[in-house]
Amino acid sequence: MEPLLLYPDPPPPELAQALDLNGYPWKAVNDERDITREEPIDGWAGAIVCADTDPEGAFAVCRAVRKRDLPLEPLLVLVSGAQLGDLELREDLFDDFCLAPFHPRELEARLKHLLWRTGRGTRPELIEYGDLMLNLETYQAAIGDEPLDLTYMEYELLKFLASHPGKVFTRETLLSRVWGYEYYGGARTVDVHVRRLRSKLGEEHASLIQTVRSVGYRFGQSRWGS
Amino acid sequence: MERQQDYVLRTVEERGVRLIRLWFTDVLGQLKSVAISPAELENAFEEGMHFDGSAIDGFSRVQESDVLAKPEANTFELLPWDRTEDVSARMFCDILNHDGTPFEGDPRQVLKRNLDKAHDKGFSFMCAPEMEFFYFQSGDPSTELKPLDSGSYFDLTTADVASDLRKRTIHMLEAMGIPVEYSFHEDAPSQHEIDLRYSDALSMADNIMTFRLVVREIALEGGVYATFMPKPLAGVQGSGMHTHLSLFEGDTNAFYEAGDPYDLSKVAYSFIAGVLEHAPGMTAITNQLVNSYKRMVAGHEAPTHITWARNNRSALVRVPITKQGKESSTRIEYRAPDPACNPYLAFSLILAAGMSGIDQGLELPPEARTNVFELTAEERAAEGMRLLPQSLSEALEAMEQSELVAEALGEHIFEWFLRNKRSEWFDYKSQVTQFELDRYLPNI
Repeated sequence: MEPLLLYPDPPPPELAQALDLNGYPWKAVNDERDITREEPIDGWAGAIVCADTDPEGAFAVCRAVRKRDLPLEPLLVLVSGAQLGDLELREDLFDDFCLAPFHPRELEARLKHLLWRTGRGTRPELIEYGDLMLNLETYQAAIGDEPLDLTYMEYELLKFLASHPGKVFTRETLLSRVWGYEYYGGARTVDVHVRRLRSKLGEEHASLIQTVRSVGYRFGQSRWGS
Repeated sequence: MERQQDYVLRTVEERGVRLIRLWFTDVLGQLKSVAISPAELENAFEEGMHFDGSAIDGFSRVQESDVLAKPEANTFELLPWDRTEDVSARMFCDILNHDGTPFEGDPRQVLKRNLDKAHDKGFSFMCAPEMEFFYFQSGDPSTELKPLDSGSYFDLTTADVASDLRKRTIHMLEAMGIPVEYSFHEDAPSQHEIDLRYSDALSMADNIMTFRLVVREIALEGGVYATFMPKPLAGVQGSGMHTHLSLFEGDTNAFYEAGDPYDLSKVAYSFIAGVLEHAPGMTAITNQLVNSYKRMVAGHEAPTHITWARNNRSALVRVPITKQGKESSTRIEYRAPDPACNPYLAFSLILAAGMSGIDQGLELPPEARTNVFELTAEERAAEGMRLLPQSLSEALEAMEQSELVAEALGEHIFEWFLRNKRSEWFDYKSQVTQFELDRYLPNI
């Protein structure tokens, strides 16, 4: 999936966190010119414009991306409750809005729906974390240029963990979310597979999957504090 | 299930896999392989691959010999050797009859059936074997066996060929998702041990099949020969496959109980009691060669009597001490098996024996506090210690008497195995050995 355009740069940390946790790639810009300069070859997947701190600049950005030959869509604006009036007569500038401070689940639901409606796909096709890359289209995983040979369950487990970096999962959660059925190993299957994944990731990257004592496992560093 | 097959098909395409090896195991534990091209893969998933089983040990039947090999997508693994040429991959197969029912001669499905039974009672069975083997200069039986070194237990031999081989073996195992716990030079010259990290019994049996291939493959690359023969050299210890076992109920170790002097639960005691009770009947499977019984002699770290103990390496079942705060590592160690066994069948019987102990709530006799090897025959008899079968012939006798073994293996394998091994024993018995010539010819 191509990155989402965020305005402003840096974006509010809670927005960045919500997008990271859901595996949506993003790039923030401050300047209208950067929108074109930084644009990926296949175009932006969409845009999230925060209008709650600097409404004027924000709506200018909205206008700029909607005025293009191929208008950027979908576009979601974040506004504070007091700004609802500002949305009047600006219906053409956005596809949906969300009240700030937002609830992460609401933001995710709106974003998902918008992306689905515009056919930009509802899930990212690539998950990247440092050197690690997972291609969800082709089921391939790699570290740098080196392909990683995984079994199906190892791949699914890595995909699940890497889509939620920094989040701690219990064995039961992983078993029900990744396996979804009872295998011969029961809950211990998770430990066995984590150990197998670590051995395939190699010494240098084995620590990508951290054991959280008496809880379960976490992928990557806890970016936002655990 | 379909997504797993999709995953395999996609990976084969993406990685340019040219050859897919379908692996299965005969009754004697030999790995068998049929190679197919990617074009045939979809069909193999849907219908299975036909083949004539009549030439495979334990597969032949009177009526018809055609069977189907159906690959299991979740065992798909790229083979890390000869990457430079054709990329190949493997999958373990279930063997089916033409009507789609499990083929009775397929050891992998025997294990699945036994695991399912334990699973119905809420238990998952975990195994961790210690694999021992020897390296020799050559595998030619007509020449004298030459070890690569004269090192012994835990020796750190510098820059020698064998440690390099062991290192490469471990790398390859890890790359194939078979984690290694420890590895070291064993007691005998050129003898090595690699301990595999615990896994559910089915994956572990698959891992052992892969392990034996990887060890031999790497040795061959290095111009030497690796063997899992239980006792290749007289006078030094042989190669065993001591296997650590535990049962889990969900996330909890069913063998652990806080406050017990041994940290063992009632389930664990009954499991051990079941294993001890059925030990004679399952020895033919855990130790299936004439040569296996040359390993099981006093004084060489191999069990001879049916005993259990906490920290006594002469016992058949040993209970390692549980580390503080490591309840999940509570386990027992069954020390009879050797690495030449069929792991699917061996794990099936150990589990079935242990489960029967649990079902009947068997009580465990007190542990053997002395080293069995230091007792006289009379002292052992007084303690009520039973001997393990002393030869393949005795083991087959005991097996034939065991209803539990017949039930756990299924009639087909049970009968075929007894027939096949009796003929092996007969072949052995009709030999005149060097021992006899040396001992008798000059004087008689």
